Amino acid sequence: MKKLILILLGCLAFACENIIPEPPAVDEILDGPIDGLNSSEQARFLAGDFAFNDEVFSSGTGLGPTFVATSCGSCHAGDGKGHPFTTLTRFGQTAPNTPPNLLIGGPQLQNRAIPGYTPEILPEGTPFMKLTPPAVTGLGLLSALTDEQILTNADPYDLDGDGISGVPNYVNPPAYFVPKWFHQDANGRYMGRFGKKAATIDLLQQTVSAYNQDMGITSTFEPVDPFSGLEVDQEVSDQTVRDVVFYLRTLKAPIQRSQNDQQIIQGKTLFSQIQCGDCHTPEWTTPTSDIVALSNKTFFPYTDLLLHDMGPGLDDGVTEGSAETFEWRTPPLWGLGLSPNSQGGSYFLMHDGRASSIEEAILLHGGEANSSRAKFESLSADDKAALIRFLESL
Amino acid sequence: MKKYLFLPVFLFAMVANAQIDSTLLKRIPVDTSGTQTMNMDAVYNRPFLQLGNLPASIGGYVEADYQYMGQDGITEGHSFRIPRFTLFVASSIHRKIKFLSEIELEEGGKQISIEFAALDLIFHPLINLRGGVVMNPIGAFNQNHDGPKWEFVDRPIAMTEMLPATWSNVGFGLYGKYYSKAWAFGYEAYLTNGFDDSIISNNQNKTFLPAAKENALRFEESSNGQPLFTGKIAVRNNKVGELGLSYMGEIYNRFETDGLVLDAKRRLDVLAVDFNTTISATKTYLVGEWAWVMVDVPETYSQQFGERQKGGFVDIVQPILRGKLAGFDKAVFSLACRLEYVDWNVGSFEETGGNISDDLWAVVPAISFRPVSQTVIRLNYRYMQQQDILGNPPAKIGGVQFGLSSYF
Repeated sequence: MKKLILILLGCLAFACENIIPEPPAVDEILDGPIDGLNSSEQARFLAGDFAFNDEVFSSGTGLGPTFVATSCGSCHAGDGKGHPFTTLTRFGQTAPNTPPNLLIGGPQLQNRAIPGYTPEILPEGTPFMKLTPPAVTGLGLLSALTDEQILTNADPYDLDGDGISGVPNYVNPPAYFVPKWFHQDANGRYMGRFGKKAATIDLLQQTVSAYNQDMGITSTFEPVDPFSGLEVDQEVSDQTVRDVVFYLRTLKAPIQRSQNDQQIIQGKTLFSQIQCGDCHTPEWTTPTSDIVALSNKTFFPYTDLLLHDMGPGLDDGVTEGSAETFEWRTPPLWGLGLSPNSQGGSYFLMHDGRASSIEEAILLHGGEANSSRAKFESLSADDKAALIRFLESL
Repeated sequence: MKKYLFLPVFLFAMVANAQIDSTLLKRIPVDTSGTQTMNMDAVYNRPFLQLGNLPASIGGYVEADYQYMGQDGITEGHSFRIPRFTLFVASSIHRKIKFLSEIELEEGGKQISIEFAALDLIFHPLINLRGGVVMNPIGAFNQNHDGPKWEFVDRPIAMTEMLPATWSNVGFGLYGKYYSKAWAFGYEAYLTNGFDDSIISNNQNKTFLPAAKENALRFEESSNGQPLFTGKIAVRNNKVGELGLSYMGEIYNRFETDGLVLDAKRRLDVLAVDFNTTISATKTYLVGEWAWVMVDVPETYSQQFGERQKGGFVDIVQPILRGKLAGFDKAVFSLACRLEYVDWNVGSFEETGGNISDDLWAVVPAISFRPVSQTVIRLNYRYMQQQDILGNPPAKIGGVQFGLSSYF
């Protein structure tokens, strides 16, 4: 028996080498910093990571009283796309270039409330749009692009006759917005690039708005409580807000998997042939950035960050900024195949999660995408499979 | 002046210390007969030291451990902890009146709590009055949690995080036992202070009963004026083992203040079943517990906070070597394994009808060595998977834990 004990202890000592569970492959997860951050940037990334993923608000720390989610990570599990559980509802602006109707509770529905309070209810008959939370990876690369780069693809009046427009969404900036060298002033308005309608100019605005509208958390940037409509004490510090912005800027871009697989290469060719890439612009290169790791980087988000007419099937009758109700920003496709890893094992695609597969999402494209959708429908089963496999590899 | 005062005090302390005769310290052995003791006796069924004929005795236990854990390939490295250092003081005021207190210093003194400080008045074996800080008898682990009794470094998650670890409150109640040949029957029933709104309003992002432990005022006043009832019945057969059924429930939220209604009255109900037995042929010891938590969460609040939870554990302990080992006459070397599971949020999403996950399971194989019955050295390997609320790919956690724990 003593020998058995010694053998057991010996086995355990040997096993110590491999006692920690294996990490998932780096291209199978979305979280993690971009390469090249220095040690102080890594520390700041960690601070933002904590605030984004681990800091949960409660009624004692400022949550609500009406809200949608209790933390950033609740909507963006693993930094990926969200689930219908945390779908946002926006309403109150039914035409471009009109202010959202704050009197009826716009622009966002806070559909939950802390105990003892009543959540906001959508006014009867009011048009609304549901928005599935997007993945937040690679945003720093997109935010580093210049307005000039993005406008290169803009063709609001389809002057080249290819059926694809590409319209920038010009929005009124919030009071705290400080233009960077790469922002272009358009009579006091600026081009948005984040959000389903491209109505958010930069990641500070995105972060401040999410704290305020999603969680009911006020800051010095946005001190008005969405429930009472009154200015209240700040519930999140400026430092935390800026750490979260830094975290979002420095999250790595999704890494394409199996790039050398023949079927995926075939799918990539088809993606280009049927002109998906006319809106889902594959490749971009950043200019010099204040974060060295973001400077002069070529990356593959598959978006042009511009608005496109997506047809009446995707027209919810609501909009933001100068976008028409039927216009949507081309969503980045990077990380698409990893969506089920953050959406509970299923796909919830398109702006409101109505598509449960990539194929269904393609078939829901209308408007300027009619031609590409028709070409997809005419592909052979093998070609369709190759195209979808390529999209899953992103 | 201080120097002149210090010197005589120091000399007196030296002399006083030298006068303690260790032979005066009498060890009161724990009742190891196993025939009459039940989980409800655990609070007194501990080794104590008594000084001469003084009617007070003292005791305690300490736990210290090392761990090397990691999650998904990332480890924080090597870590040493002293999770608990606990002191007991018991005294007999009369042969039918006794007092026991248990003070616990957790994480090196970061948290100091009174886990038990109650006066027992014995009127009849079936009718005993207990008052003070009492251990709410929900499940068995809460009553019988001393570190040296277990072969595992970590306490079972369901019994320490789903149910609050060492959940005790100020209150009063009755308990009693009845024996008949090989059978023993016991009951406990207490009214105490209890939980508060924090169980669904906390930074854990889930319904979390232990959040109520943060409220130190619960030892001074009820959060809402509603008592928490905790009751347990247990039956034991010397040849079969012990089975316990327990319930704990109350209105947990502050629904009214200064006569103004703030919210509807919301209930918390907890059910637990526990058992333990020893298979006589193999001397295999089995102990387990399962609990269900039901919380009235406002419909308009977030589904992040579950209305129902469930979880439990099973420990299997197999002594494989008994006798003289490493210079100890009655040492025991055992193999053990714990299986545990917690579902923090039982239900389905209103939006999709899909299952709400937010659960974890763990398997913990262990080796333990008891040089004496009151001291244990244990080596565990923990492997655990936990899923978020959406059911995304689980976080995989694993590592080794080594620790020792002993009564003193």
